Amino acid sequence: MARKYEQRRVPRITDGERMATSAMIASLAAEGYDTVNAPFGHALVDLAKKDDRIVGLTADLSKYTDLHVFANVMPDRFYQMGMAEQVLVSTAAGLAREGFIPFATTYAVFASRRAYDFIAMAIAEENLPVKIICALPGLTTGYGPSHQATEDLAIFRGLPNMTIIDPCDADDIAGMVPQIATHDGPVYSRLLRGKVPSVLTRHKPDYKFQLGKAQMIREGKDVLIISSGFMTMRALDAAERLAADNVDVAVLHVPTIKPLDTETILAEAGKGGRLVVTAENHTEVGGLGEAVARTLLTNGVAPSFRMIALPDEFLEAGALPTLHDMYEISVDKVAERIKGWL
Amino acid sequence: MEGAVRTVRGSNMTLAQRAWNIRRKALLMGEVQGQGYIGQALGIADVLAASYFHALEYRAEDPEWEGRDRFLLSIGHYAIALYAVLMEAGILPEEELETYGMDDSRMPMSGMASYTPGMEITGGSLGHGLGIAVGMALGLKRKKNPALVYNLMSDGELGEGSTWEAAMSGAHHKLNNLICLVDFNNQQADGKSTEMLCSEPLEAKWEAFGWHCQRVDGNDLNAVVAAFDKARAVSEPKPRVIIFDTRMCKGVPFLESREITHFVRVEADEWSKALAVLEEGKPQ
Repeated sequence: MARKYEQRRVPRITDGERMATSAMIASLAAEGYDTVNAPFGHALVDLAKKDDRIVGLTADLSKYTDLHVFANVMPDRFYQMGMAEQVLVSTAAGLAREGFIPFATTYAVFASRRAYDFIAMAIAEENLPVKIICALPGLTTGYGPSHQATEDLAIFRGLPNMTIIDPCDADDIAGMVPQIATHDGPVYSRLLRGKVPSVLTRHKPDYKFQLGKAQMIREGKDVLIISSGFMTMRALDAAERLAADNVDVAVLHVPTIKPLDTETILAEAGKGGRLVVTAENHTEVGGLGEAVARTLLTNGVAPSFRMIALPDEFLEAGALPTLHDMYEISVDKVAERIKGWL
Repeated sequence: MEGAVRTVRGSNMTLAQRAWNIRRKALLMGEVQGQGYIGQALGIADVLAASYFHALEYRAEDPEWEGRDRFLLSIGHYAIALYAVLMEAGILPEEELETYGMDDSRMPMSGMASYTPGMEITGGSLGHGLGIAVGMALGLKRKKNPALVYNLMSDGELGEGSTWEAAMSGAHHKLNNLICLVDFNNQQADGKSTEMLCSEPLEAKWEAFGWHCQRVDGNDLNAVVAAFDKARAVSEPKPRVIIFDTRMCKGVPFLESREITHFVRVEADEWSKALAVLEEGKPQ
């Protein structure tokens, strides 16, 4: 068996261009945007003040999922379950059975890979209102495949009853917390934590997250980007860059991956004359791109179509900006690829 | 008078008679399908009789009554046994017995909460019940509800790592409202549990995990009742476990002696024989 290290060049330590692996707790950098500190934690505290049913649980990752904000304010409603993801989600199921609305946090890799059977049977099969909120979605850490949840959306899309959210920014996160709590069923949401950029309201001042709805953030006549998660951030930045080259790019933000807002997607993609590009922080297998492709094809809508997604591989370790360039989800690469397709 | 024949609250029937009725109903359901987890049902009948006619608080006419003790069937394939006791308790109507495992039945082969009144959880993917029980016990405490949570699991489930996550968690949170019942019949799909992944010394393990532990003969009603009483009377702030050593197919000797009893194959003509043998042992 060929080992990767045999193919790797040994870098020179003096190479000034190389970046250090960003710490996994680092916030997702987005140049030029204001940031909000721990939007999930603060939104949960606000909600819990109004609703006694809200409780929080984590598996040794409160600080890295912003749940520590809630734990500090409401220690009596916080359960530290230790490094035990199976009992984390089972306990959340039990609390839901007794009438509570549990928010359980961990990393996306651990929820989707380690705790899946427990989420499937103890929570989803019984349609219990457990909200599973997971940091480090897709390629948001340089730690390599052990921490990169590149296939979480595909895994949870296959699970009946599960509502799936891939928020873009602090605006989405603050907006979604009360809405998913009201939703009578299980929710899996990806999470951006720490200092989270506020992007959507800068591009569209009246933007408000709406569960289950895709929303046009920017109009444009040449290209329609259909994106979720922080790729909407990339899409908006790439659109500004392309505008300088007289390419007019529209961005349709789809924070709810399941159930998919097929009506809006079909209406926008069906307008004709635009290249349709999906953009997601997820493997090309089983995520937003394939969901949109299926929607278009089964409804007889056939625009020129391209996907921006992570490859079907275990990804490299390294510094995030390097990796985002390598896997072509940086602003530069998104703009470059779209131009190449026109 | 011995506990085994003590009069059950609210009726003139003894626990031994209840256990016998549970066995009989389970055999009748097994006959409907011609096969099934009849060995487990016969083995656990005494524990279930003591649970529903000695230990648990519930209202048969209102299975979701908030004050009820929660009884979680982690081992979904034991549903045949739980249906039998739910019928015996008046929670399920007895006339549904012949629908067991049929299309449109409320009694599927593996227990599911959404199908059956009185079935608290969907078990069957083994190793789930105890974790859910931890959450329910925490939830009851939050609500200041004095009800207890019972989780019935099997020796095979002791092999699941999630069981031990939940065991640590129950002790960590000092869940004195949680009672775990382990059916130790030493049988699982591929053979003897102790030869698959040996969990012994089991009492020492539970104690080391911070639980109050008892181990008794699960087919000795006196011992079973005493164990329930003792578990409920523990004053220490810790969860409790009772390990019941049971005999697969208890009550039907010619089945008891079969080598592989996890999924008993009973020939068509043997059901009536089994019922006849059971009849001979009917308690007076």
